[in-house]
Amino acid sequence: MTDPVSITVHVNGTAHTRRVEPRLLLSDFLRHELGLTGTHVGCEHGVCGACTVLIDGRSARSCLTLAVMADGQDIETVEAQGTQEDLGRIQRAFRDHHALQCGFCTPGFLMTIADMLRHHPLENDEQIREALSGNLCRCTGYQNIVAAVRELASERGPIE
Amino acid sequence: MKPAPFDYVRAESVEHAVATLAAAGSDGKIIAGGQSLMPMINFRLVRPAVLVDINRISGLDRIEDRGKHLRLGALVRHRMTASDAVIARDVPVLHAAMENVAHLTVRNRGTFCGSVCHADPSAEMPMLTLLLDGVVRIAGPNGEREIAAADFLTGSLTNALDPAEMVTAIDIAKPAPGTGWGFAEFARRHGDYALAAVSVLIERADGAARNVRVAVMGVGEIASRIVPAEAVLEGREPTAAVIAEAVAALRDDIEPMSDLSASADYRRHLAGALAAKVIAQAWERAA
Repeated sequence: MTDPVSITVHVNGTAHTRRVEPRLLLSDFLRHELGLTGTHVGCEHGVCGACTVLIDGRSARSCLTLAVMADGQDIETVEAQGTQEDLGRIQRAFRDHHALQCGFCTPGFLMTIADMLRHHPLENDEQIREALSGNLCRCTGYQNIVAAVRELASERGPIE
Repeated sequence: MKPAPFDYVRAESVEHAVATLAAAGSDGKIIAGGQSLMPMINFRLVRPAVLVDINRISGLDRIEDRGKHLRLGALVRHRMTASDAVIARDVPVLHAAMENVAHLTVRNRGTFCGSVCHADPSAEMPMLTLLLDGVVRIAGPNGEREIAAADFLTGSLTNALDPAEMVTAIDIAKPAPGTGWGFAEFARRHGDYALAAVSVLIERADGAARNVRVAVMGVGEIASRIVPAEAVLEGREPTAAVIAEAVAALRDDIEPMSDLSASADYRRHLAGALAAKVIAQAWERAA
């Protein structure tokens, strides 16, 4: 059974069927098997948050998930948020507030924030910072990321 | 950094999981949230021959209110524990502690039972399970058994499970109505592993503390109750002098280790300072 296993994973609304080794991380599945290199791989042990994706609508470290465990599940990656020509709302807020510099951590932040906006109270900076605390950025000092989330939180509808 | 090869089995039921573990000898490993196990697998610190995925077993993701206790199934995620209304009402010490458990994304996946099984000396769930008279429910090839949390947690990153057994749920006792509680933790960065934490339950009767429970983490091999500190407080009014006596007993009883984050002396000092704060807090809350 270390032989490849057939899985079907729904990524950004498209079903992908592949045969994969059980030990293949979801992060590597997205990048190497599907070519979705927007998901970045930083620490590979769940500390930095760069590889964050949504699994069935909730944020998760794709480096701490096996591709086989995602069989049959809905995965959302940063590619679903927008394109260079047509940025998504969270991406536009990042651009407007200069919430990124080198951009390495940015995909993880964007996906964590997607979860935050859908599910979490973000009534003050303390709550925003707490919800962002699992993502590391070494360039920005976080001020502008918090400012971007503050704007997004002020315009969203009721949370689930 | 990639995992070593292993076989993968998605368990359909508890019986299936246990049978798969039994067939794997001592080389099987259960995965639920995987938030502690996967880093160890990625680092190849753990090399299971067979990984048994229990995430699709139905019925394990429930928090059941069973009157005097709550039963948390093996797939109850930290997010569910943190947002459960019955826990918030009846076990406020656990509700309060959840704010300190890891980060949002990790709480989406990590499980209460998995954290207790992992038995990290600096994790909150083992300490709270001890504080709340936890009983660990275990399924194995010969049926089910129950074991007190104190007997389950045998040391740093070790527990009393046999290789073919899995935890199906943990029962935690609801403190008696009016029980005062306190919880405090110190970590270098909020949500990271704590340098130390202390949790306390105190009942109040005729102006004196009763059924006192003091549990600590981060200051020894594994989370533990501090019986000598409990004995100091039991039956007395926790005045500043009595609390100081209990703190001294606590500092005497623990054996913290030095590591990159903090020295043993600092951890001992910190645990005492946190204990003084939460004992007073629990007494104030006790009705």
